[in-house]
Amino acid sequence: MTSKPNSYDNILEIKDLQTSFFTKDLEVKAVDGVSFAIPKGKVLGVVGESGSGKSITSLSILRLVEEPGKIKGGEILFKGENLLEKTEAGMRKIRGNEISMIFQEPMTSLNPTFTVGQQISESYIIHEGLNKKQAKQRSIEMLKLVGIPSPEKRINQYPYELSGGMRQRVMIAMALACNPELLIADEPTTALDVTIQAQILDLFKNLQQELGMGVLLITHDLGVVAETCDYVAVMYGGQVVEYTDADTLFKSPKHPYTVGLMQSIPPHDHDIEGDLSVIKGSVPSPAEMPIGCRFAPRCPFATDLCRTKLPALETDEEGKQIRCWIYSDEWDGAPEVNIHANKERTT
Amino acid sequence: MFKFIIRRIIQTIPVLIGVSILVFSLMHLVPGDPAQIMAGESAPKEQVENIRERLGLNDPLPVQYFNYVSDAVQGDLGNSMRSGRDVTAEIGARFWVTVELAFYSTVVAVFIGLIAGVVSATKRYTFTDTAIMIIALFGLSMPNFWLGLMLIQWFAIGIDLPAWVPFISDTSWFSPSGWGSFKQIVLPVLTLGTGSAAIIARMTRSSMLDVIGQDYIRTARAKGVKERVVIYRHALKNALIPVVTVVGLQFGGLLGGAVLTETVFAVNGMGKLIIDSIQARDFPVVQGTILVVALLFVFVNLLVDIAYRYLNKRIDLD
Repeated sequence: MTSKPNSYDNILEIKDLQTSFFTKDLEVKAVDGVSFAIPKGKVLGVVGESGSGKSITSLSILRLVEEPGKIKGGEILFKGENLLEKTEAGMRKIRGNEISMIFQEPMTSLNPTFTVGQQISESYIIHEGLNKKQAKQRSIEMLKLVGIPSPEKRINQYPYELSGGMRQRVMIAMALACNPELLIADEPTTALDVTIQAQILDLFKNLQQELGMGVLLITHDLGVVAETCDYVAVMYGGQVVEYTDADTLFKSPKHPYTVGLMQSIPPHDHDIEGDLSVIKGSVPSPAEMPIGCRFAPRCPFATDLCRTKLPALETDEEGKQIRCWIYSDEWDGAPEVNIHANKERTT
Repeated sequence: MFKFIIRRIIQTIPVLIGVSILVFSLMHLVPGDPAQIMAGESAPKEQVENIRERLGLNDPLPVQYFNYVSDAVQGDLGNSMRSGRDVTAEIGARFWVTVELAFYSTVVAVFIGLIAGVVSATKRYTFTDTAIMIIALFGLSMPNFWLGLMLIQWFAIGIDLPAWVPFISDTSWFSPSGWGSFKQIVLPVLTLGTGSAAIIARMTRSSMLDVIGQDYIRTARAKGVKERVVIYRHALKNALIPVVTVVGLQFGGLLGGAVLTETVFAVNGMGKLIIDSIQARDFPVVQGTILVVALLFVFVNLLVDIAYRYLNKRIDLD
């Protein structure tokens, strides 16, 4: 499967992706010029608050955005090929085969009228042309792989007979069935309780290393990012504001929004007096985006420049990206901004 | 599954008892003395008394009910007051006519309704969707005796078409009355099935729309399943669950609805038997026919529940 002559370093590369939702007289830009890359076999975390465009970005990759949403422009390069130029039939060959997706809600993401086995088998039948019996055998192996006890029994059960954690394992089994080269996981642990979350994340990491696939992990949990990701893209208001490797992000976050996110995590080594640090305000609605930097209304360092002009996504020589005026030559605020200045928590 | 069916059959017993009480009471709830009605208004007292004695009308009500039920269980529903024939035989001769009529109508209604509903749902807010729903609204609002009369007018008596219409000179294609041949079956089935087709179409549409928005449909698409398979396999199986209930109720309703249709098309089924018997105050036949229709209704509901359970594994009476 991987013997394509096409040479590429990134399993997935998104360039200036634009996805909008159209109402009668309004265009809502849910994803507005998103760019990032996932190197082969690496895990990219996409972080951001609700409404930052994370999920729409991931649905755009598989071209599963539903009406009235539409991908307006940009490029989605999977193994060097632009998915946006594929036919619908071409996309179907990729979905569930080369790129798989796991959704947030295990309770509702499985079809209640089919057995677990039927649902996993379907991938094998569609993509590998197996017959029902062979597909079932492979499905049992898959269930074993994701750590479901007595898979021979579970395979004939319906989703309602399984717990949330079990269902998410089934979803993972389904997604990994055809050995995808890229796995998109949209908040795979958010709907689960904490102990199950840890189990699923462990399973995830192990399988990722074992199978060597690229992963796009969408989450709003920085703890999950620290534990699993190699690279991180921070999204805000439908745009990437910072893209870097995970170590750098946690050691020296650059964008004021990233800094704010970090500071709102309660430290586990000592008690906090008073309130937790928060980023004031809320995510702007995509219908009424600020004209300047989208984070400007909530940014403690914002200047007039920030409020009137949208900064570009600048890439440095190491490939790290940042969308903030502070790091540009045009910066009109204090020459030495200590971005970590308000680290002292508000009391 | 077997256990479920047994359990479900046992559950029908109270319903059957209720039905039998209602049917039995019919004779006693109607104003006037049945014996007097039977004998005629000017009949001498002794004759009325004779009839009372013969029918057991002088016994206490519980005894009468018990006798009625124990006879009914053995297949004896009494004798027709009009013809003197055995009621069971009267009904037996017409039973299959009505069942066939209701069954064919249901099949046609399900076929048309499902296709219309699915097409409507997948093409939501388009011209096709609106057109189907407007037609369905008409189908729903039309009284079926009127529709029957119109169909007879157009397709049995026929309309003479102007000469410029090619190939067809008149439209008297079907027979306006009776039951048996294809020509006789078409119009009554359409008349009876139209309303149900409309209800099933609307139900299927809304149910499909609900299901298509579900997460597991997105999961199926993300697996690379063809859109047609997504709709007809993943979505329809879920969408059918509420539709099956409606279909069952419709079939039951059609058994009752057959009364009008059979009258319009002079079909000799149970519906027409009820009407004729009511007009002649032939109590045993009315009672017997209603009992049989009710039994049929209960039986159909049983089948619906079994189908329901097959579609939705979460329903578990154990």
